[in-house]
Formats: sequence, structure tokens, C-alpha cells
Amino acid sequence: MTATDVQASIDAIWRIEQARLIAGLVRIVRDVDRAEELAQEALVAALVEWPKTGVPVKPGAWLMAAAKRRAIDGFRRDKMLERKHAEIGRDQENVRDTSIEKIETAMDDDLGDELLGLIFTACHPILSAQARAALTLRLIGGLSTDEIARAFLSSEATVAQRIVRAKKTIGKAGLTFEVPRGAALQERLASVLEVIYLIFNEGYAATAGEDLIRPALCTEAQRLGRILAAALSNEAEVFGLLALMEIQASRLGARTATDGSLLTLNEQNRARWDQLLIRRGLAALERAQALGGAHSPYTLQAALAACHARARRVEETDWERICSLYDTLREVMPSPVVDLNRAVAHSMAFGPEAGLVLLDAIEQAEALGGYAPLPAARGDFLFRAGRLGEAKTEFERAAVLTRNSREKAFLLARARSCER
Amino acid sequence: MKFLSMVKSAEHQGPPPMVLMEAVGGLVEEATKAGIVINVGGLMPSQMGARVRLSNGKLSVTDGPFAEAREVIGGYAMFELKSKEEAIDWAKRLLALHLEHWPEREGECEIRQIASE
Repeated sequence: MTATDVQASIDAIWRIEQARLIAGLVRIVRDVDRAEELAQEALVAALVEWPKTGVPVKPGAWLMAAAKRRAIDGFRRDKMLERKHAEIGRDQENVRDTSIEKIETAMDDDLGDELLGLIFTACHPILSAQARAALTLRLIGGLSTDEIARAFLSSEATVAQRIVRAKKTIGKAGLTFEVPRGAALQERLASVLEVIYLIFNEGYAATAGEDLIRPALCTEAQRLGRILAAALSNEAEVFGLLALMEIQASRLGARTATDGSLLTLNEQNRARWDQLLIRRGLAALERAQALGGAHSPYTLQAALAACHARARRVEETDWERICSLYDTLREVMPSPVVDLNRAVAHSMAFGPEAGLVLLDAIEQAEALGGYAPLPAARGDFLFRAGRLGEAKTEFERAAVLTRNSREKAFLLARARSCER
Repeated sequence: MKFLSMVKSAEHQGPPPMVLMEAVGGLVEEATKAGIVINVGGLMPSQMGARVRLSNGKLSVTDGPFAEAREVIGGYAMFELKSKEEAIDWAKRLLALHLEHWPEREGECEIRQIASE
């Protein structure tokens, strides 16, 4: 192997191993910064050694051992300092030995479990959702601060500060970096799933021509979902969320027209939907339902996405089934957005007038003022009901409200199509 | 980036030892826990397959086994990764297990990136 090959090889190994390495180390040193430092030191050692010795057969284990040696050295140094300050007569040998023993025991724990523990810590509810997302992408996804900032259309300084503060909060709270059990698991899991879906949606909202790091967030979120599904194989909503993401991601390649404009679900060329992801999504949905998740928010949303995924042609869409799923979803997850989508479903199943009746109810009951999709939906219903003049006004209102330039162009085009 | 990794070898090397199958199972589990596996699968012997060929303007169908072939695909894995180097590393890990548990075995992993828009 040439030096360049070794370098490329180390880069790849680092990407594969770093999250597990940090996850394992943080349980020993109980400090995220220190764990990251130790992992980095192990990487530096590899960069020095491997070009001479060749890449070891089990590189992950090599890196872990190197980091572990450094952790123990660090503990010894700390203990020496401590001893210098300690009162005479204390049983110093004993103190040193037990702490190193503790490290050795911690090293033997199951690796998969450690990664999960790190995810649960990074997604701890004591942190804001934005901080959780940034820390998760940093520690599990291995993204740089700059990449995270670009992905969330934020500044690097803001993201860096968010991460520093999050680490401090974790340190002060004295978190154990372990996977919660029992009732605590349910509560904490909700927080993890929320962050993963937030990351996914941020990526899904990206449009063609934007920084590629944004759509890559979908991939990161799917990977996190798959990690959870492999480790928590009896949690219905883990599979519900995974199913939802896989099915939505199956349409990523079909969402945009050749000119870059967005295509609605009904306009997409369904032959371009990724059937492998759809199959994975449907299998995960089945698992979620078998585990009793049929009436849980993510599983319900996945079931909705599945209705579209199963229809090879728009005309085959089972709108009545979609209506009944939305009727259940609004019970367990009341939200104006769900109500709006429910109105769209009812318009498809029972005609545009049925949709308009539900929209009126939403406008009376809920604060969706300034929300572009509302006039966009009303415009669509009116257009289909043949009320073109009113439809045009609604499309134009929606175009003013949206902040997405492609969506604006799409809505203005629909407004123009009413002038006949 | 999605990668397809195809494991190829000559077919007349006998069935793989149980201990290798277990080790490979462990590696697949590890990759699954890392969240990178889209799909994995093994293929039945080429004896049960066929080739449909277009040559000199003629279509022909040949049933297996593919006796003349030095390398036949025996299994595949589809991964979601960030670089080709990562795919190479996973392939090395797979072949290192072969080296450990079935040293006389020869074969290769062919890695191809899957085109996407």
C-alpha cells in the first residue's frame, strides 16, 4: 500500500469507528470533550503508526486500545496530582487500583449499547431540540461544526456555541451516558425520535441547487433510525419513524422536475420512486403495527405515506383509507397541519366541496394565519370545483406567504393557469 | 452514497465452514447496528441460474452452472456510506474473516457505486 492508500484507508476507518469510539470512551471518562480528545489522540497515533506497520486487521479495536491507554495514563496523572495534594496516611495505592479497574470493566461492555447510550445522551430532553440535533450530528454523524451550520442554514459560530453549551449542560447534570430503562425509556425515546425526525425534515426541505450537505441530512437521519431499530427491536414507534423516513426518502429522486421545480405527489413519475426503500419502509411499518403501534403518531404517519407508496398510479390511491388514518391521527396528534392534510384527503375522497367545508372549520378554530399551504390548498380545491377566479386569488396569497422561492414560482404558475 | 458490494469466487471450493458463516453473520450484525445496511443477500449456486445473452445480433439463453467462469457472484450487500473508501474497508473486513476461517479460499469483492440523481 502506498502512503496515500493508507491515508485514505485511515480516513474511512475513522468515519466508521469514531462514533463508537467516542461512545465507549465517554462512559469511562464521563466527559464528552475528554472522550473526543482521546479519540482524536488515538487517530493521531494511527496516523503515525499505520503507515509503518500497515493497517491492523481489527482497526476499531486498535483505536479503542490506544485511546484506553491514554485514558488510563490520564487517570494516573490525575491521581498523582491528587496524591500530591492529599493528606499523609491515605491509602493511595488502593485508590489508584480501583479507578483503573473501573475503566477495565467499562471497556468490556457491549459496544452497540454504548452507541445507543450516546444517542440518548445527545438527545436528552434537558437540551433544546436544536442543540440535540447539532450534538447528535456531531457525535454520531461525525459532521463538522461547519457542515452542521451549512445544513441548518445557520452560522458556524452559532452552532459551535450551541454544542459547547450542550456539552456543559450534560456535564453539569452528571448524566451517565447509559440507555434508560423502563418508564424512563419511553419518555427519553420520544425525545430521540423527535430529533431524528427534525434532522430528516430539515434535509427533506432542501431543494435542488442547494448545498448538498442539506439533503444528506435525510441519509443521516435514516442511518440513526436504522441504528435504533437494530438496537431497540421491540419499540413500535422506532419502526414507525423508520418506516416513515424510508418511504418519504423513496421519493427524493422523483420530487423535482428537470427545471428544478417541485412536483406534487400526484405529478411525480412513480416509476422513479425507490422501490427498495419502499419495501424497507413497508416492512418496518408492518413491524411497528405488529408491536402495537397502529395508533401511535409516527406509525400512523408511516401508514399514510404507505398508502401513496402502494399506489402505482395516482388513480389507485386509497383516499378513503387515508381519510380514516387522518381521522385517527388528529385524535392522537392534534395539529392544524394534520387538519389541513385531512381536508386535502377528504377533498380527494369526497370532492373539493368536502375539503372546503373542513378548511372553513380550520380557519375558524385555529391560528394558521400566514401559513402558505392553507391558501394553496384552498386554491387547489376551488380550482377543482371550477371556481377559477377565487382559486387565482388564493394561489397568489399563498405565493406571497411562502418563503421558498421554488414553491413561490410553482404557486404563481398555478395562479396563471387559472386565467383561461 | 449507495454502494453495491458483490462477493465473487470460483464455485468449486465446497461449502464454507460453519465458523466462517457465523463470523460473517457477526460482521453483518455489526454493520446493521451501525445503520449502514440497506440490503444483504446470498445467491444460490449458478447451477440454478441462467444467462440471457445478446451477441452478434442474436439472443441466447444458457442454463447454469457457469462452468467456464472463474468468478461467480455468491452474495451481495448494499450499503449507505460516505465514501468509496468506507466500502473498501467493509470489504476488507469481510475478506479478513475468510482469511481467518477459510485461508485456502480465494475470491474478491467488487465494489460499485449506485448511480442516483
